[in-house]
Amino acid sequence: MRIDWKQYDPGNTFDELLRAPGQPRPAAEALTRYLASLSPKQLASRQDAAERAIVEMGITFTVYSEGRNIDRAWPFDIIPRTIPADEWDRVAAGLTQRLTALNMFIDDLYHHQRIIRDGIVPAEIIATSTNFLKPAIGARPAHGVWANICGTDLIRDADGTVYVLEDNLRVPSGVSYMLENRIITKRVFPELFSESSIRAVDDYPSLLFEMLTSLSPRELERPEVVVLTPGIYNSAYFEHAYLAQRMGVELVEGSDLVVGDDDCVYMRSITGLERIDVIYRRINDTSLDPECFEPDSLLGVPGIMRAWRAGNVSLANAPGSGVADDKVVYAYVPKIIRYYLDEEALLPNVPTHLCSDPTELEYVLANLDKLVVKPANESGGYGMLVGSHATRKEREEFAPQVKANPRNYIAQPVLNLSTVPTLVEGKLEPRHVDLRPFILQGASTAVTAGGLTRVALRRGSLVVNSSQGGGSKDTWIVETAAKPAAKPAAKRRRR
Amino acid sequence: MLSRVAERVYWAGRYLERTEDSARLIDVHSQLLLDLPPAVGVGWPQAMTIMGLSDAVSRSAAASERDTLKRLLTDESCTSSVIATVALARENFRTTRDIVPSEAWQCVNELHLFARSQLRWAVGQRRRHDILSEVVARVQQIRGILHDTMSHGPAFHFLRIGTALERADMCTRIIDVAVASLLQRAEPLQRYDNTLWMSTLKSLSAYQMYRQYVRRRIRGPDVLAFLFQDAEFPRSIRHCLLEIEQCLERLPNGGALTKKLYVVTKSVTNLEVRKLDIAALHAEVDRLQVALADLNTQMSEAWFRPEDDSRKK
Repeated sequence: MRIDWKQYDPGNTFDELLRAPGQPRPAAEALTRYLASLSPKQLASRQDAAERAIVEMGITFTVYSEGRNIDRAWPFDIIPRTIPADEWDRVAAGLTQRLTALNMFIDDLYHHQRIIRDGIVPAEIIATSTNFLKPAIGARPAHGVWANICGTDLIRDADGTVYVLEDNLRVPSGVSYMLENRIITKRVFPELFSESSIRAVDDYPSLLFEMLTSLSPRELERPEVVVLTPGIYNSAYFEHAYLAQRMGVELVEGSDLVVGDDDCVYMRSITGLERIDVIYRRINDTSLDPECFEPDSLLGVPGIMRAWRAGNVSLANAPGSGVADDKVVYAYVPKIIRYYLDEEALLPNVPTHLCSDPTELEYVLANLDKLVVKPANESGGYGMLVGSHATRKEREEFAPQVKANPRNYIAQPVLNLSTVPTLVEGKLEPRHVDLRPFILQGASTAVTAGGLTRVALRRGSLVVNSSQGGGSKDTWIVETAAKPAAKPAAKRRRR
Repeated sequence: MLSRVAERVYWAGRYLERTEDSARLIDVHSQLLLDLPPAVGVGWPQAMTIMGLSDAVSRSAAASERDTLKRLLTDESCTSSVIATVALARENFRTTRDIVPSEAWQCVNELHLFARSQLRWAVGQRRRHDILSEVVARVQQIRGILHDTMSHGPAFHFLRIGTALERADMCTRIIDVAVASLLQRAEPLQRYDNTLWMSTLKSLSAYQMYRQYVRRRIRGPDVLAFLFQDAEFPRSIRHCLLEIEQCLERLPNGGALTKKLYVVTKSVTNLEVRKLDIAALHAEVDRLQVALADLNTQMSEAWFRPEDDSRKK
């Protein structure tokens, strides 16, 4: 049986493709019409083709299991998620505003701390933040920008409002999957791309490279840029290699780099030591430099913080940027935007209860069954409690942890994440999604067209992380207005 | 170019070549055994020796063909098996993905998928030839992509050195076994010599070129001279050494190594192969294998793990 959109019911969630059963949103009209024209067999063969392409192209992420690491194929659903271009432009403006303010905030924290002295943000949240790095105090990264690459998680609630769920300012990953998802979708649905106007995403590596070169401490025609990876056992190794390849720069490990007596960073090359200008580092702050942080870290480069502080090398993101993606700081972002930019936040935050506040803590403990409680400094969806889905026993075990260390927890209402039709055993069913766009900030700012849509593959589940059974989808920013002007005059004929 | 990456690319080239050579060797050897009566005394142990498996298990005459082929093809714990060399080639390409053309990486990945799903069907006789020749064809495709889409800079030279060095090494191994089993046999079995020398040439893809360029009936000493010294056949030892020389010359600070290798190449060129007896041939093969191993060490010292970190540019 072909797809009958009248039978598709997203219930009381906001569906990204359909307004109501049988009524596609304007940006999804061409897509839904096309999908309905396919027989179940055709649809299944397209999903197969996509899965085969993923295996053959070697698109993987690494998971640890039973003591060894396994390269798993990237889970992908072929039905794309659509967003109208005019809506996306407003979201992108909000993302730019937010990252600009966050970078001013970080710079302020490591210098004068005006925002604390002016009483906007309490001093304790910095004093107790595990991501505030003392060795970063007084440092001056290029353009005053600390977080150069930001992956912001967005979600949409039942009423259609897009909220910022969290800012990832340390080493956000996923952008390579965004790029590969598009390549696969183009192979699977070429007809749709020639018919509709979907914004391209493939300029990301050039934008990233341009941004990174804009950070170079030396004025050079071609500054030496490298990607620093923790190595092949890291879950995002595929992405590190992918980005290095697409930018045409070296992918280095800690042991490839050495800091000289002149406080400059060099890489061990076949012609001897070569000086490095910019490091896109994909290892955590505290593994960066065994001289400064974890003395037994083998991933980092001894002395690299010295070189950075001396201004001889740029690190992206700058060490210490993570202080602003603390989930407690998150609650203050609207105020932070107002303070530095004198503007109202274009993108709302999810209402957030800080457990450090005794009144709020009391409310959180009394309403655990209605809230999501998250540790302030974890990522990947670990260590959180989704109250409405948890058992009574789980909630009772969780409460004392929050009471013991309230500063470490925040709570938010359970939002009903929007859905997108997803292929489940040959049929389309609604599954919850989020969206991670990537924002680049150096000399200027750029936002990806869309981002990585992650989807919770289990019915009703809200957990989209790939380490916990999530999948992904291509994200289309669709121009819904009249198509741009007709094609240029016929090309010169080939002889 | 990073030292670590240079080393991995070099090994990627070696393992890729070893995959091709082993697959071809096993295929040709299978064909050969079909043509020989058991009395000739040629079996799987010779192939195992060439592949570096000369322990007791491998030499045991009692081992069934099935067990032997399982070991040569699909035993992941045996580092000389085809599956293991494919996996090692893939791992070296995977960890240099940032500099290898993505089309080539994709083919390496597909070769690995093919080997994992298909090699087990090559243990039996019926599909062995089809599967092994596909392995060979896939490696050749990868090498073609690399040659035509990768810039011929340092990374490519390291890859080519790895390929040529492995190829030269394989050629010495095959010569060594051929000399041992062919040049010292009793009269009545000599009527199979033609088949055996032909098979030796075939396991190096050299049969057709030998025919075209030597234009003589197949005789052991001529075959050996061709494999040692032919200047134009791309799998002869001399040709491989010349190729390595060319690559070394183009690498930064490659001068000293080029000079050392030049001495080795010259000695191969001047060798009077047809006059050597078995012992002298063995000694020559040994000398070459030591020279190749030395080259490996010298490359490591020059480029892969230089001790001295004070060589700032």
